Amino acid sequence: MSTMNLEGLEMIAVLVVVVVFVKVLEQFGLLEAGYDDSVEDELELSAVRHRPEGLEQLEAQTRFSRKELQILYRGFKNECPSGVVNEETFKDIYAQFFPQGDASTYAHFLFNAFDNDHNGSVSFEDFVMGLSILLRGTVQEKLIWAFNLYDINKDGYITKEEMLDIMKAIYDMMGKCTYPVLKEETPRQHVEVFFQKMDKNKDGVVTIDEFIDCCQNDENIMRSMHLFENVL
Amino acid sequence: MATGVAAWLPFARAAAIGWMPVANCPMPIAPRDNSKKQDELIILNVSGRRFQTWRTTLDRYPDTLLGSSEKDFFYNEETKEYFFDRDPDAFRSILNFYRTGKLHYPRHECISAYDEELTFFGIIPEIIGDCCYEEYKDRKRENLERLQDDQEENKDLKQSNLNFRETMWRAFENPHTSTLALVFYYVTGFFIAVSVITNVVETVPCGSNSNQKDMPCGERYTVAFFCIDTACVMIFTVEYLMRLFAAPSRYRFMRSVMSIIDVVAILPYYIGLVMTNNEDVSGAFVTLRVFRVFRIFKFSRHSQGLRILGYTLKSCASELGFLLFSLTMAIIIFATVMFYAEKGSSSSKFTSIPASFWYTIVTMTTLGYGDMVPKTIAGKIFGSICSLSGVLVIALPVPVIVSNFSRIYHQNQRADKRRAQKKARLTRIRIAKSGSANAFLHSKRNGLLNELLELTGTEEDEQKLMKSTSLLESQHHHLLHCLEKTTAHEFVDEQMYEQNSLETALQAYPSHSPSIACHSSPAVTCCGRSGKRNSPLPNASPSPANPIPAHQSQLQELSALHIQRGNPLTHTSRIPRLRPPLQQPGQHIQA
Repeated sequence: MSTMNLEGLEMIAVLVVVVVFVKVLEQFGLLEAGYDDSVEDELELSAVRHRPEGLEQLEAQTRFSRKELQILYRGFKNECPSGVVNEETFKDIYAQFFPQGDASTYAHFLFNAFDNDHNGSVSFEDFVMGLSILLRGTVQEKLIWAFNLYDINKDGYITKEEMLDIMKAIYDMMGKCTYPVLKEETPRQHVEVFFQKMDKNKDGVVTIDEFIDCCQNDENIMRSMHLFENVL
Repeated sequence: MATGVAAWLPFARAAAIGWMPVANCPMPIAPRDNSKKQDELIILNVSGRRFQTWRTTLDRYPDTLLGSSEKDFFYNEETKEYFFDRDPDAFRSILNFYRTGKLHYPRHECISAYDEELTFFGIIPEIIGDCCYEEYKDRKRENLERLQDDQEENKDLKQSNLNFRETMWRAFENPHTSTLALVFYYVTGFFIAVSVITNVVETVPCGSNSNQKDMPCGERYTVAFFCIDTACVMIFTVEYLMRLFAAPSRYRFMRSVMSIIDVVAILPYYIGLVMTNNEDVSGAFVTLRVFRVFRIFKFSRHSQGLRILGYTLKSCASELGFLLFSLTMAIIIFATVMFYAEKGSSSSKFTSIPASFWYTIVTMTTLGYGDMVPKTIAGKIFGSICSLSGVLVIALPVPVIVSNFSRIYHQNQRADKRRAQKKARLTRIRIAKSGSANAFLHSKRNGLLNELLELTGTEEDEQKLMKSTSLLESQHHHLLHCLEKTTAHEFVDEQMYEQNSLETALQAYPSHSPSIACHSSPAVTCCGRSGKRNSPLPNASPSPANPIPAHQSQLQELSALHIQRGNPLTHTSRIPRLRPPLQQPGQHIQA
């Protein structure tokens, strides 16, 4: 029994010695550790900077005037000095407008809607194109933009699950302290109402044509589309 | 909502279009932005350095000076800019606050200057960003401590009338206040040293003269040691009782650490007196004698360094606790390992895990007595790991303790240095103050002499006395003069004041000297000029009903000033000299 203890402990001791020896060799650079990512990490830090296209090009591509573009860019660059917004910053900024609830889910969907080229960051061009549609576009364009927002996987159909996600995200922004008190099934009920209105052929999904048709026939929606026209 | 993201509000509103198709109810009407004012650049001129920014940038924080209409007070119409006569360097961080929404504290800036700037521009310091907040708080705390130290010293200097008890307490706490306190301080220190040395020497074996074995000195010279001990304990008891009597809050004093040490130091003696040479309790009695060593802690009243050490240990309690805890953990681990590693070897000293504790402690603190040594190879390997880790574990918390000690020690040094410089500083301040007071008196004299010479003297004398004073000085002097007239009293310098007080003390005696009456005349002449008449003039023959001519009173005032300025001995002789001319040309000066 005692010899077994000894042998076991001796083995452990020898193991410890070997490990220490290997570490010392690594320190002296005689043994390659095999960590090649460190160089890449350093490069990544400096690559995140973006300069937008010239003012004339943006003027041509969007429906903003020169002055409006200037004001927009100043605000944009003030908050994101590197020229691009990544999702975290986007969520932070958006969350500051809704202090009572949790705006991160909706901000995530919004980010995806703005990030046209899906590279994980919103540059000033994406930003300003999106705004151009929202503030200066035709009703048709606005509706198409909204459809894109709801269609999370961008397959051309809004399913009930997608709509439920969006609805829950919107209700999350309200927070807990609401009147009347928010119940668990409120988003679901809302989704049912929405689908009843929009899904004409009752196939469980809403296509873009159904969506645009239905919205154009709804007075409330039409009126609210013009609500934010003079925001800038 | 943070105003920094105000620029993104249009975006958030635009993105709200995403809710529209989902909504079932009509939306509220959007507020109309009626002020279609273009954003304009504002120029802020701070001591010549021009800063420009958008008006909307400043409007972000409407409860500060720059964001509200308060800045209109600083608007300069000609140059169409806002002018502030403040430090441009500090203004940079303030303007950056408007731009970025974060207030930073520049490290090279003096904390009180920065605080003043913040207060001026109406910004509360609590919004300093996280990056700079710690530094700001540290500096502010240091500054406060410095100010507190100064205040405490000022309090010490107040020579208010304390009663006997309070003087005694002050003498105990601060031995430098009087010689008696200093003597007492040194005497107690001496007796503490004597007591400690006696305790030590008591146990040394003295040479025995053909006795069976060496006895310690305590048993050989019992009487002598007993006498010394009694004397010391007497002094300590008296000191303790006096402190108890003088303490402002007896209860708090009795609870303080130093008083407990005092009590513990003198109690064994009394207990020894009370108890007889009973065999049972003599063991306990010996234990009590150990407590006599606590007398050495009484030295901490005498030594600043000891107090600092004690305070440091108290403030590093958490680091010390961590050290202790980690050491205990390591000891237990290594003792277990060593015990099992050495179990196999014969005649091993590692008989149990607690027995291995001793080996682990000795090894980890790198003492290495060598009374317990591992013999197996595994034991030796683990033993070496144990000693290496011991060095590390002990070396980690020690720098924290050292830096704490250094900080407190330097603070103390600073306090001592400041006390030494304080005397020089106060002298400088006193000289400056008396300088300005003298200037006032001097100018007053010159002014009156000027007036006198205008009446009687020649041109050259006038030129001689014409001392050029700046506009500021003359306005200041005029102000002091108005104050004098208001209170019907005059400023005098220190010598004269002391002399006056001496004289008023003498006034109690019925020696009716004209000098005293003349001293009271300055007040009378002042009032005389303003039309009040309190007491009749002692020397003037015209009755009080007669209006005193202005020039005459002027001359009297001048004479009074002469008296004040001149030496006290000749004033009695001067008055008779001046008196006759007063009475004679009283009429023709009046013209």
